[in-house]
Amino acid sequence: MAALIFDIALAGLIVAVALAAMLARELLAAIVLFIVYGLLVALAWVRLDALDVALAEAAIGAGLTGILLVGAAGRLSRGAERQQPGSSPSPLRIPFPFARLLSLPVLIAVATCIALLALTVSLLRQTPAQAIAVVPELTATGVSNPVTAVLMNFRGYDTLLEVVVLIAALTAVWSLTPDRDWGLVQGNPHRSQPRGVLEYFGQLLPLAGFVVAAHLLWSGSDGHGGAFQAGTVLAAVWLLAAMAGLVRAWPVASARLRMLVILGPACFAAFGVYGAVSGSFLLYPGAAPGMWLMALELVLAVSIAAVLSLVVLGVPRRVA
Amino acid sequence: MNFLNIMTVTLTTAGVLFFIAGTVGLLRFPDVYCRLHALTKADNLGLGLIALGLMLQADGAGAVLRLGLVWLLAILAAATTAQLIARSALSESPDELTRSAPVERN
Repeated sequence: MAALIFDIALAGLIVAVALAAMLARELLAAIVLFIVYGLLVALAWVRLDALDVALAEAAIGAGLTGILLVGAAGRLSRGAERQQPGSSPSPLRIPFPFARLLSLPVLIAVATCIALLALTVSLLRQTPAQAIAVVPELTATGVSNPVTAVLMNFRGYDTLLEVVVLIAALTAVWSLTPDRDWGLVQGNPHRSQPRGVLEYFGQLLPLAGFVVAAHLLWSGSDGHGGAFQAGTVLAAVWLLAAMAGLVRAWPVASARLRMLVILGPACFAAFGVYGAVSGSFLLYPGAAPGMWLMALELVLAVSIAAVLSLVVLGVPRRVA
Repeated sequence: MNFLNIMTVTLTTAGVLFFIAGTVGLLRFPDVYCRLHALTKADNLGLGLIALGLMLQADGAGAVLRLGLVWLLAILAAATTAQLIARSALSESPDELTRSAPVERN
């Protein structure tokens, strides 16, 4: 009974925060509400017993996307200031188009959403959960977390392509570079007060972040965790150290940066090729599949951390 | 209800009260610095009391230590970001400190 009240309150809060984020008048307020929305959805995943998804939602959906949006908002307001110099940096206003709510496109979109929801619900009642078929095969994969087994073994092809999609996003960020700035270090150089609060934080938190990421990676085999979650935690603490001015990214033209970025999917693909030669594509060697899976997850986490940090850093910039 | 459950309910209720006080402060205080003050109180003490109440329900030393680690990291993050926000607000509008000084009532 108490759980039902909590679930109803959580669902109501999620809808309320989503509406508030859409109707917010200041851009920064909308972004903060979006981050809160991400955290509430992570709680909803916990209530649905999908802890791996909850971890990924909190880390990537709320945390990393929040940083990206805040950075974009900062660049937008700086761009507006450059176009009208002298005007005070006012918060960007987004008027909600109430007059457009009753237009034909919106009605079609709403009708399509309702139809899709009805279809999904009717399908849920028919097909049994696939999890029942996965559980008996778990011992052959060497891990006991069914989510990790599906992600890295049964559907490893999907995970390989997901990481390639991340690299595609990084390439999209790189493609926005002006020609004269190509090959330089991404992002603005950050400075912090020497012996100040941010420098202290940037020195302390990566230690804790490293341990947390290692734990998330290791516990992904039996408990909840995995490469994406560990990689995002690593990216977050690296970005913190970069914002404190303690580390600086390698230039885009450097070979070691590109090696680091493609290390994960390259190893994964090498595995696939080895499997194609000796058995079937992406088949783990029979002796200790769990060990190979964990090694692959480690390499993937490092690559994911590198790609996510670089995407947040932004376009290569010439330091004036 | 045994002693542990009563203590958990008491501690988490006290923590929630601190959070309510912090939220009221966020909504009602006149400027950035007072609002930061209210928020950090809510973060440190409120979260600490809630974490303490949950520690009593934890199963095993590992969970207790993890809850303590969560509280520690939250305090660290809140203190650092409060400093940085205050410093950036000060550098943006240094005259606001004197503008929102309390009015003398006779």
